[in-house]
This record gives sequence, C-alpha cells and structure tokens, in this order.
Amino acid sequence: MELTPRQQSDRAAFRAFVEREIAPYADDFDRRECVPTELIRKVAREGYMGLSLPAEHGGAGRDFVTLGLLHEEVGRGCSSVRSLLTVHGMVAQAVLRWGGPELRGRWLPALARGEVVAAYALSEPNAGSDAAAVESRAERDGECYVLNGRKRWISFGQVADLFLVFARCEGGPAALLVERGAPGLETEPIRGMLGTRASMLAEVRMKDCRVPRANLIGREGFGLTHVLPTTLDFGRYSVAWGCVGIARACLEACVRYASERKQFGARLLDHQLVRRMITEMIVNTRAARLLCQQAGRSKDAGEPSTLVETLIAKYFASTAASRIARDAVQIHGANGCGGEYPVQRYLRDAAVMEIIEGSTEVLQSTIAECEAPNIIHAEEAATA
Amino acid sequence: MDETKDKIRAYLLRFFRNADLQDDTDIFAAGFVNSLMAMQLVMFVEKEFGIAVEDEDLDVENFKSVDAIAALVQRQGALRA
Repeated sequence: MELTPRQQSDRAAFRAFVEREIAPYADDFDRRECVPTELIRKVAREGYMGLSLPAEHGGAGRDFVTLGLLHEEVGRGCSSVRSLLTVHGMVAQAVLRWGGPELRGRWLPALARGEVVAAYALSEPNAGSDAAAVESRAERDGECYVLNGRKRWISFGQVADLFLVFARCEGGPAALLVERGAPGLETEPIRGMLGTRASMLAEVRMKDCRVPRANLIGREGFGLTHVLPTTLDFGRYSVAWGCVGIARACLEACVRYASERKQFGARLLDHQLVRRMITEMIVNTRAARLLCQQAGRSKDAGEPSTLVETLIAKYFASTAASRIARDAVQIHGANGCGGEYPVQRYLRDAAVMEIIEGSTEVLQSTIAECEAPNIIHAEEAATA
Repeated sequence: MDETKDKIRAYLLRFFRNADLQDDTDIFAAGFVNSLMAMQLVMFVEKEFGIAVEDEDLDVENFKSVDAIAALVQRQGALRA
C-alpha cells in the first residue's frame, strides 16, 4: 500500500522527532517511571496531540493512515509516550464524535493543542474486560452529576487535566468529562507495573464529586453502546500501530546485534536458527503494518467494516509484537535480560499490549462473532 | 422510502440471518445486536445515506427497527435539503 508524498514527508518528520527527543531517553523514562512534562509539551508543540482532529477544531486534520504512522514511530521509540497519544486521543475522539457543539467548542481546541492532557477512566478493580461491570455511579442532583467510585490503572492519571469517566446513571451507562479540579476527585500514583512503566498510571477516586450535567458525553444509556466502541476503536488502532513500532524496534535491534555478535566463530546472523527468528520478525512486522493500513484506510473512508478491521489489526499486531520481543531477548541472550539493551523493555511493553484495549482472549472471541456474518454474505454475493 | 428500507433491511439481514425480520421488528428487544453492532449501524447509516448521526440522535427509538432507521434517514435528509 503506497503512501502519498505528504504521508511520506510526515513520516520522515515523525521519525526525526522520535530519534531526537524520545528514543535516546526511553530507557531512562522506563527506569524513572515518568514521561517528563517538558517532553509532553514538545509533543504538543509538534501538533501530535491533535493530529487527526479536524482543523476547524484546532487539529492538524491529518487522515487516519498518517495518524497510524505517527503512532508506529512513537511506539518504536517509547510505548509509554505512545500511550499518552492513545488515551488523550480516545478522549478527544469521544468529544468529537458524541460531545455536541458546546463540549466540542469548549474542549477540542485545548485538547488539539495539548494544553489540556486527557486520560481515559474506564477500568475499575472489578471491571476490566467486562466494561458492563463498572460500579462507579453518577447520580443526578439538580444541574450536576454526583460521582462516586474508584478507577484503576488510568494511564497518565497522575498528570491529566481531564478525565473521561464511565459510570452508571439512572438512564444506564454513561460517559462524563471530569476536570482534575472537580471537588471530590483524587488521584494516587500506581508504580511498579510490568510494562509501559512511564505511563504514569494512577488510581482515580471520586467521592461525592460534582460535575455539571453539561459534561455528559452523548446521552445516558449510550456510554457502553456508542461512546465506548468509538473510543476503544481509536485506542485499538493506536495500540496496533504502536505494536508495529515495538516489532520494528526489536527487528532493528536484532539485526544490529546479530551482525556484530560472534559465537562459534560466526556472526549470529549467519546461524540459520537466528535467521529464522529474524525472518519471522520481518514477515510479521510487515503483515501487521498492512493490517493497520487497511484499518486506517477504511476509517478514512468511513466504512463500518473498520471496527472489525481494527480488531483484527490489534489482535495480530499485539500477539506478533509479543512473539517478536520474546525472540529479540532470546537472540540477545544474557545481554537481552539486562538494562544495557532495550529489548527487555520491548518485551515488558509488548506483554501489556496483549491486555489493554481488548485482551487477546476477548479479541479471539469477538473477531469470529463479528466477522462470520460478513464471510457468509461475501460468499453468497459471489455466487448470486 | 422503499429503497431506503430495502438497503437497511439488506444490511441488517447480513447479521440476523434466518431471522423473521419485519420492518417493525425491535432488533434490540429481539437480542440481535452484538457488541459492535450498535456503532456499525450508525456508521452504515452515515456512509450509505450521507447523513451525520449526532449526539441528540442517540435514542434507541431511532435505531430499533427498519422503520425507525428509515424515518431517521428521512428526517436527516430533509434537514440537509
């Protein structure tokens, strides 16, 4: 799939930025469990926080394929920084798609410029893959909602200015915007995670937290059926591309290492079993990128099929990234297990990718459920 | 209107094979709607009929049947005209 000249020049700019500002410091971010505020500002200044938001809302108005190229490049450098783009973009997407004119006007320009950093508050201690099990409640009280509940593993929850919170309402599940300064909102850092350690995770606690009723995204009862799929689709798309980035980082590290390291009198690259692992990396990275591009093109065309194509891309890319990162550590041997080489970080980050925005097991069930009717339909259309 | 309903019916029948789908069948009450179906339906309506489904259109009454979706398409089309 060919890129347009503009997509190619955008990709070159993304790559140069990541090489200059992110990749050299990613191991340090990982060790310190923090993405520096100054880097978030630089990412914002580049326009990356609102790359795909329409120009009328202050965004760069790029297509989804270009957005994917950015998330691959950033994912190659640091999965935690890519995670910032993911969760911020998910919230912006909710406001854009279902926020209505007032919320769009109020929040999208600031989100597009990165002046406001957003976090996605869905997961709870008892609600992970099962979003319908959310226990947080939002009760109407005059012109406000009063929120009570606890959100867990919220990426960039330590620094976010705005949260998209999913909660039960009288009219059914709903999604609401909650500002950091809202009375009754508290965040507490979560440290020591396996991967994407610099994602500044937090637990978000809401105790009689009051937010205006105007902060409701969409309508009560449509939080899980419309807001959630819209935002998760964006998140899966971002993570899928980020996994292509992880896979490419592993591949490049392995080719470099295997070209220099000698064992049994020959370069690792001359050993057939090492070549086999590198071949698998090459083929699977390319296949994952093609699936991501296909999902991106169908998003740009507004095709309903993009939802399933994104599930497929995320499933393939995340499972491939895990296998590739495991082989990357194996090729690096003892060196791959220490802090001197980044492949151990790639392995830890890849493990997280199989859990977030639809676990591997959820996707294994959902893809068959959603795609089977299309397969039968295509067969019947071909024989009609 | 008939052409609109034909397109909606054909799209829904792809997912609800062998079902007795009448134009007034409540697809939500009948349990036909899976985890992605609600959003796929929104995207189908927007793509197929060139309309924009807004937050104020988020009402089960607008999507519950072939008749309801066709009425939404007609209303939105009239607004655009």
